[in-house]
Amino acid sequence: MTIKHENYYVPAQSVWPIIGAIGLFLIAFGAGHFVHQLKSGASGGGYILLAGIAVIVFMLVGWFRTVINESMTGLYSHQMDRSFRQGMSWFIFSEIMFFGAFFGALFYARMVAVPWLGGASNNAMTHEVLWPHFEAVWPLLTTPDGTKTEAMPWSGLPLINTIVLLTSSVTLHFAQVSLEKGKRSAIKLWLGITILLGMSFLALQVQEYMHAYHEMGLTLTSGVYGNTFFLLTGFHGMHVTLGTLFLLVLFFRVLKGHFSADKHFAFQAGSWYWHFVDVVWLCLFMFVYVL
Amino acid sequence: MMSTTTQDQSITHDDHHHDAPKGIMRWLLTTNHKDIGTLYLWFSFIMFLTGGAMAMVIRAELFQPGLQLVEPNFFNQMTTVHGLIMVFGAVMPAFTGLANWLIPMMIGAPDMALPRMNNWSFWILPFAFTILLSSLFMEGGGPNFGWTFYAPLSTTYSPDSTALFVFSIHIMGISSIMGAINVIVTIVNLRAPGMTWMKLPMFVWTWLITAFLLIAVMPVLAGAVTMVLTDKFFGTSFFEAAGGGDPVMFQHIFWFFGHPEVYIMILPSFGIISAIVPAFSRKPLFGYSSMVYATASIAILSFLVWAHHMFTTGMPVFAELFFMYCTMLISVPTGVKVFNWVATMWRGSLSFETPMLFAVAFIVLFTIGGFSGLMLAITPADFQYHDTYFVVAHFHYVLVTGAIFSIMAAAYYWLPKWTGHMYNERLGQWHFWCSVISVNVLFFPMHFLGLAGMPRRIPDYSIQFADVNQIVSIGGFAFGLSQLIFLVLVIKCIRGGEKAPAKPWEGSEGLEWTLPSPAPYHSFTTPPEVK
Repeated sequence: MTIKHENYYVPAQSVWPIIGAIGLFLIAFGAGHFVHQLKSGASGGGYILLAGIAVIVFMLVGWFRTVINESMTGLYSHQMDRSFRQGMSWFIFSEIMFFGAFFGALFYARMVAVPWLGGASNNAMTHEVLWPHFEAVWPLLTTPDGTKTEAMPWSGLPLINTIVLLTSSVTLHFAQVSLEKGKRSAIKLWLGITILLGMSFLALQVQEYMHAYHEMGLTLTSGVYGNTFFLLTGFHGMHVTLGTLFLLVLFFRVLKGHFSADKHFAFQAGSWYWHFVDVVWLCLFMFVYVL
Repeated sequence: MMSTTTQDQSITHDDHHHDAPKGIMRWLLTTNHKDIGTLYLWFSFIMFLTGGAMAMVIRAELFQPGLQLVEPNFFNQMTTVHGLIMVFGAVMPAFTGLANWLIPMMIGAPDMALPRMNNWSFWILPFAFTILLSSLFMEGGGPNFGWTFYAPLSTTYSPDSTALFVFSIHIMGISSIMGAINVIVTIVNLRAPGMTWMKLPMFVWTWLITAFLLIAVMPVLAGAVTMVLTDKFFGTSFFEAAGGGDPVMFQHIFWFFGHPEVYIMILPSFGIISAIVPAFSRKPLFGYSSMVYATASIAILSFLVWAHHMFTTGMPVFAELFFMYCTMLISVPTGVKVFNWVATMWRGSLSFETPMLFAVAFIVLFTIGGFSGLMLAITPADFQYHDTYFVVAHFHYVLVTGAIFSIMAAAYYWLPKWTGHMYNERLGQWHFWCSVISVNVLFFPMHFLGLAGMPRRIPDYSIQFADVNQIVSIGGFAFGLSQLIFLVLVIKCIRGGEKAPAKPWEGSEGLEWTLPSPAPYHSFTTPPEVK
């Protein structure tokens, strides 16, 4: 008995990875010099950074075009599709761990560092000797060295944003269901709505940041509360931006008639990514704003 | 145990690129797991020699008490960059290179699952190290805060070039994560029919678990360096008590990465030793399934022991005890492994070619490193050992005579498969005996220096440590020179030598030995049947 094997496609030599490596090098090298020149006032790093971003965009366009063409000409087997899906899942897992580091910092600061500075556990002398007037409360509105700020309330803008993002997950799910049922116009509608919701989220987030900086005095430098607030919401916002771009690419591919009911890895990946970003926001909303 | 159907060597895929680019372009554009494996291995060896040269600077300075060759700040940069290079540039890429070369051949796959990403994960590495090394030449110098970059050394007191250090670590992390994703997907999705989980070679099992650890902790390292960056350059105070943060928090985040990282650097070694010891004992591996479970247990426990690096930071007693007991618990699965290797050799028909010599040395010397680890795990005792040369001795036993020796063993074991030639056994034996003697002269006396109170990472020391430090330095120079034998041997083996048969070691098992030597460019175009 012979077992029939699908052919596993091993691509030819490709220029895109090495272009990507050069792009990443320029970004890291440029960003490193840019950050360090912020202090010294010299310039140059910023341009290298921008050049790197341009190279990466060029690489992404080229690499994606190659992959899309290969996929459209039917080079990919089901086994290949599984590789992509598993790869994407593990990538999302790594992202979860990245956010985990910042959530860990938030919990540690809140549960350990701040209470200890206030004398909790066996740290009475720490409190007495370092900052005897320091009060350990969360949100930390007055830091030990006296920087003052305000806490971001959860009602209002953040709540609206939560609703926006949760709705967008639902609409994206509708788009996926439409795809699986082969309703092409419904996909465009639901995907379009999702993208608009994603953009509204970002616009509102920008507004929230402006409000925080100009009216509340809540900035990146206002102690560990502001630090965790801005790094968590900031990295989340960057992920929403990427996710929105991802969905935009999918939208144009749907317009061109790509994806079928049983073969739509890229759509699946974009949708997984979006739901992941949504779940991160839920955790953020709970632990950064509400609790 | 395993048999394969006849190999169909005709290339059924991708025939339009058969006149593939030659010369440098072949290596820059390659998507072939063997090419990429070779690139990783050579890169790792170059980094090994670079990091080694830095170690020579350190040992030369420490040859005598007082300051004679280098400035203290430069000395600190040498200890820091030596550590970073050896961890991220030598050991980890060597394992990834071995994974690339061997995993597709061992599981009957045509290549890695995501070949283009494979190229990308390799080629960003040389760039990352270019950035790191370039920072050494900047005004104010390169990273000088130790490879563990504790705050506030890396924030308040670090040189301006720290931003470059941060971004180079980011790229190394991206590289490791992509490499690990590729390994997991390859193993899960590309196994030949019949290659069930409990038939996987141990090397594949250990790498599967290592890849999981990598994906879990490299992002945490990225988070840690990001916080260092914002603390230093953007006014945050994650690690600054005046803003409500805590420098000890840095250590928690770092070691949450750092401890699993330790196992990332040793689990693939366990896989290698589990392949070599049975081959040269001409017996199957003793307790295969217990090996698998032990590896998984070590990986799970590795997430629960990070604070044993921080016993002296003033944690609550409960935490100290918790981390002490969890750490000691790891010695149980590790003990299972050592027992199994010894039991595999028991009444075996042993022969001692170079791979086996390195493997046996691994078992003995890694166990010494494990025992000194147990000593360090004991909280009250650790208060004495902390930050002394005892710690340096401990982790060099597990990393050099552990990880590096296993990589050497792997290189000797699979070189015939890679190059198609047998290596020069005489030269291999010379390399082994020079290495194993000098490495013990180098690291064993460090235990005594540490117990006597010599601190690590300091360019000067008290006069009573002089004699032992001279012995250590002589061992260091000898060990460094011994590695040149290996370089010569590898080059000779690539260029010629006795033709290697498909299966040069009579006791070896596994699909890779069913392929001719050197292995064809595409491994298994049709998956073999595993019975």
